[in-house]
Amino acid sequence: MSATTAAAWSRTRQEPNWLVRLFEWKPFLVIACLLPAVGLLTVFLTYPLGLGIWLAFTDTTIGRRGIWVGLENFEYLLEDPLWWNAVFYSVFYTGVATVGKFALGLWLALLLNNHMPFKSLLRAIILLPWIVPTVLSAIAFWWIYDPQFSIISFLLVDILGVRSTNIDFLGSAWPARWSLIAANVWRGIPFVAISLLAGLQTISPSLYEAALLDGSTAWQRFRYITFPMLLPILAIVMTFSIIFTFTDFQLVYAITRGGPVNSTHLLATLAFQRGIPGGQLGEGAAIAVSMIPFLVFATLFSYFGLARRKWQQGEGND
Amino acid sequence: MASVAIRNVRKAFGPVEVLHGVSVDIADGEFVVLVGPSGCGKSTLLRMLAGLENITAGDIAIGNRVVNQVPPKDRDIAMVFQNYALYPHMTVFDNMAFSMKLAKAPRAVMEAEVGRAAKILGLEQLLQRYPRQLSGGQRQRVAMGRAIVRNPQVFLFDEPLSNLDAKLRVQMRAEIKELHQRLRVTTVYVTHDQIEAMTMADKIVVMNSGNVEQVGPPLELYDNPANLFVAGFIGSPAMNLIPGRIGNGGFEAEGGAVLPLPPTAKNGAGTYGIRPEHMRLDPNGIPAKVQLVEPTGSETQVFLRIGETPLNCAFRERVSAGPGDTIHVSPDLGLVHLFEAGSGRRLAA
Ligand SMILES: Nc1ncnc2c1ncn2[C@@H]1O[C@H](COP(=O)(O)OP(=O)(O)O)[C@@H](O)[C@H]1O
Ligand SMILES: [Mg+2]
Repeated sequence: MSATTAAAWSRTRQEPNWLVRLFEWKPFLVIACLLPAVGLLTVFLTYPLGLGIWLAFTDTTIGRRGIWVGLENFEYLLEDPLWWNAVFYSVFYTGVATVGKFALGLWLALLLNNHMPFKSLLRAIILLPWIVPTVLSAIAFWWIYDPQFSIISFLLVDILGVRSTNIDFLGSAWPARWSLIAANVWRGIPFVAISLLAGLQTISPSLYEAALLDGSTAWQRFRYITFPMLLPILAIVMTFSIIFTFTDFQLVYAITRGGPVNSTHLLATLAFQRGIPGGQLGEGAAIAVSMIPFLVFATLFSYFGLARRKWQQGEGND
Repeated sequence: MASVAIRNVRKAFGPVEVLHGVSVDIADGEFVVLVGPSGCGKSTLLRMLAGLENITAGDIAIGNRVVNQVPPKDRDIAMVFQNYALYPHMTVFDNMAFSMKLAKAPRAVMEAEVGRAAKILGLEQLLQRYPRQLSGGQRQRVAMGRAIVRNPQVFLFDEPLSNLDAKLRVQMRAEIKELHQRLRVTTVYVTHDQIEAMTMADKIVVMNSGNVEQVGPPLELYDNPANLFVAGFIGSPAMNLIPGRIGNGGFEAEGGAVLPLPPTAKNGAGTYGIRPEHMRLDPNGIPAKVQLVEPTGSETQVFLRIGETPLNCAFRERVSAGPGDTIHVSPDLGLVHLFEAGSGRRLAA
């Protein structure tokens, strides 16, 4: 008799209230924890992306609701020489700038990985181009490339006397294209150099000592030790760099606005130009959407480039 | 194969000198162990031999050629690192073949050489694995394989067993020793473990804070330690080193004990040394109070106090006494060492 009362009593003691029970119910907990993140993603990521994609299939202009036109915008783009021009320059800009950034960035990282005086000061200086807001550095480059007041022209003409006339950096298509690439490389080097430096520092010095005793030359140590061990981080840094460069907007828009004669439009600047100043929201959105295949390609590159290599894994392979 | 001569070598890192004039002669085919406490400069000396550190003063010669200015790759040596330093992105085969690949050897030669080394070390089944997929002992073997493949004049080992567990260490110790007996390559082996030194070496170099304390075969160091440092460092359990002075009735230890002296004892001794295993139970010996008894099966270690003087003994026979009991012990007079007060040098009997 007394035993059953004791059992009943202890059971009521353990009965949690409804709030505690609710939070111990897994489905509720999962939803409650996910909701803020899902909400933020919906409002700030999915909605703009979805709206952009939807707009690309309409003929919306500023001030007028569009109607669904299917693939008409894209068909139009395929016949638009300006779009083809922007595709060409986006790919060219990304390709050349990436090669430049990685060649110089890797070189700097290798240099900074050695013992040298003022090492930390040099590392801090390397970061400068990245710390300065892009628009500010774009304006600085605008001055550097100015037809009249360019410091480069000043150096070449007035100081060194190598040339007799100022260089017209931004006045015609190819010089403007190369000038923008140079500015982008300058801005992108710190990211590459510092990331690769971090990667270099994870390589154990005793590997180099072992290779030294194995009879390697400096080039062989780079080729057989540094490079393969750096490859995973190189792949991730390169993917990021390609995506950032391909979607670049600020630098080009601040320095040339796509000119002269639309020769330096990237897809991002062209999309903006069509959509906002030009008012053709639907068409602008279609240009922006047309970047997606290229970005998917870059991401796939990372996926396969980054796939954990066999030597990084612990088990298997018997 | 080659002999190695280290002549009055000094090493300074900036203003700090860590090796103060070290001289060692290593004969062709000899297995020499550098032993000493952590931080005494063993690795530094080995790395100077390998060419990974430059030589501040003195000469290092390998096979009669002074190599001070010779880069590591031309010294014809192979080194096994403490952390093995295997190339993580290469298979065992590629790790072992790397030096030949650098020298652009034909594939057939690489396969033959790696096969030979793999057979010696029992690595045939593991050649396609990556270092991550190996156990500690297997990595250790691959590191040795990489050295063997090189066919070097001299093998250098820097504490190669310190990352292994106790059992594997004993096994690898025997394997390395056997390997040396098979290949007969001059070997310099660094360790801080005096048991490793005693069991493996043809010749031991005892180092202490940048100086060589004594060079000699293991038993020579055990029987005739040159000074207090070597006496305390070599041998396990460690020798009892009892400070005091020679009086009328024997050696008057600081703690109050009076210990018997050998008839040849000379004046000037400041320390009395007797190994635990050289104490015997003796009904006519010195009465001593038992502090602690540690039976290990093969022998029994007994920590005693004579007056206030602590004394560690190791007896072959079983001891039934417990803490607090009094037993009678006496030293084997022929094996007592006396060390000079001040210098710490052993006084020859
Ligand atoms: N690169 C270095 N720079 C400065 N001091 C060093 C360097 N390498 C070793 N030392 C010092 O030299 C001494 C000997 O070191 P080491 O040869 O590694 O000793 P161990 O006998 O334990 O192998 C230590 O006091 C250590 O601090
Ligand atoms: Mg060391």
